[in-house]
Amino acid sequence: MFKNAAELVKLAEDSQRKIADIMIEQEMSVTGRSYEEIMEMMGKNLEVMEKAVERGLKGVHSLSGLTGGDAVLLQEYIQKGNTLSGPLLLDAVSKAVATNEVNAAMGTICATPTAGSAGVVPGTLFAVQEKLKPSREDKIRFLFTAGAFGYIVANNASISGAAGGCQAEVGSASGMAAAAITEMAGGTPAQCAEAMAITLKNMLGLVCDPVAGLVEVPCVKRNAMGAANAMVAADMALAGVTSRIPCDEVIDAMYKIGQTMPSALRETAGGGLAATPTGRKLEERIYGTPLQPHE
Amino acid sequence: MKYKSVFDIIGPIMIGPSSSHTAGAARIGRVARSLFGREPKWAVISFYGSFAQTYKGHATDVAIVGGLLDFDTFDERIKNAVVIAEERGMNIQFVKENNVPDHPNTAKIRIGDDEGEMELVGISIGGGKIEIIELNGFELKLTGHHPAILVVHDDRSGAIATVSNELAKHNINIGQMQVSRKGIGEMALMTIEVDQTISEDILAEIRRLPHITQVARVAD
Repeated sequence: MFKNAAELVKLAEDSQRKIADIMIEQEMSVTGRSYEEIMEMMGKNLEVMEKAVERGLKGVHSLSGLTGGDAVLLQEYIQKGNTLSGPLLLDAVSKAVATNEVNAAMGTICATPTAGSAGVVPGTLFAVQEKLKPSREDKIRFLFTAGAFGYIVANNASISGAAGGCQAEVGSASGMAAAAITEMAGGTPAQCAEAMAITLKNMLGLVCDPVAGLVEVPCVKRNAMGAANAMVAADMALAGVTSRIPCDEVIDAMYKIGQTMPSALRETAGGGLAATPTGRKLEERIYGTPLQPHE
Repeated sequence: MKYKSVFDIIGPIMIGPSSSHTAGAARIGRVARSLFGREPKWAVISFYGSFAQTYKGHATDVAIVGGLLDFDTFDERIKNAVVIAEERGMNIQFVKENNVPDHPNTAKIRIGDDEGEMELVGISIGGGKIEIIELNGFELKLTGHHPAILVVHDDRSGAIATVSNELAKHNINIGQMQVSRKGIGEMALMTIEVDQTISEDILAEIRRLPHITQVARVAD
């Protein structure tokens, strides 16, 4: 059993295995389920993720009209072949957006680790697959690697925006994705933890301030940037860059920042972007009446 | 460790838009439904904290009703749960509470019909995971670190022993157990935390034991 990133990395290094192996083994021991059963369960999650991206890339719109269609715009832009940040990175971004647009439209998704942050992990996975050509089993293992780091954050900090702000949701998702990309690209367990640390460091303090309380603005674009952040951090870790602050301490810092975050910035639509003049106007348009009195 | 399984992190498969405010809410509603044992005729659903502020946008109201209709988190019917409930004659009332709860995502559900009523308080702790913290005024002291079940039963001698025997038969170890009752011979409640996950089959077996009224899983 591992309780934190240091223990997870050590378990993997000592037995010369991957993070994914350690997570699968622990899941078998905790639940008593067989290897095949667990792989099959994660395979189902993978299929839901694939379908959500597929649906989002065809173009969906939420009931409120606040989000939808951006994944399509991005794909069309990539096709023109003249991107600044590169097709792979933008592919991850567009697929993250696709997933969250489907989520906002009350479509079927797989929470990773939450619904509001469900785009980052599949977005990056389905982008890097074009380059790394993983088998279906490799893709399932990617989700176990991501899950291992999510498990550590959930148990030592939080994955709830209402408890810890967006840093706990998209921040966690982004760190999980960075670690999983690193492992799929051949990185060591220690490099996975570095990728997680580098990513999460750059998400610290991110508040949860959804306009009209909807998981749309700015959630969809935060997933986009979460995916981009994860891709860059994975490249940094693979290049040998390390985080001066160890992964577990970054997670702990995230937890403490979340605890001191005012309630208005923790999924109550009481502050931040939700409380901007435009945010309040959108809220009024959607509900016919504002959720809260104007400040 | 509050989260034990990797599928608490990668999962659940669900209808959007929020794991805590939609999927978690549906799960709280579904636990209430399974403890009540039948479809209620009416429901009064009170929201606290972040739930109170944002339930409309997250479809928390719709999802809880979906749970009361016994829909799972991925059931497409959740979207139309309120309409379906109304068609089935369920009277639903939503209340936005101003009291500040211990946990930001708290909901209180009162449900009933001609034969009885029940009240339950649940919290949604993130990623779709929930905890039930109160049932019919009984405060549940769950650590949240282990799978747990609730058993509502008549206060009779032997009721507790038959349940623990049933668990022993399946090699399920009880880590912590709390028993309480309204009064001698009246409605009583066992809160049992165990080390292993309890399957649906075992829950069904416990439900068939004498003096047992309801059984539901409240943490897994």
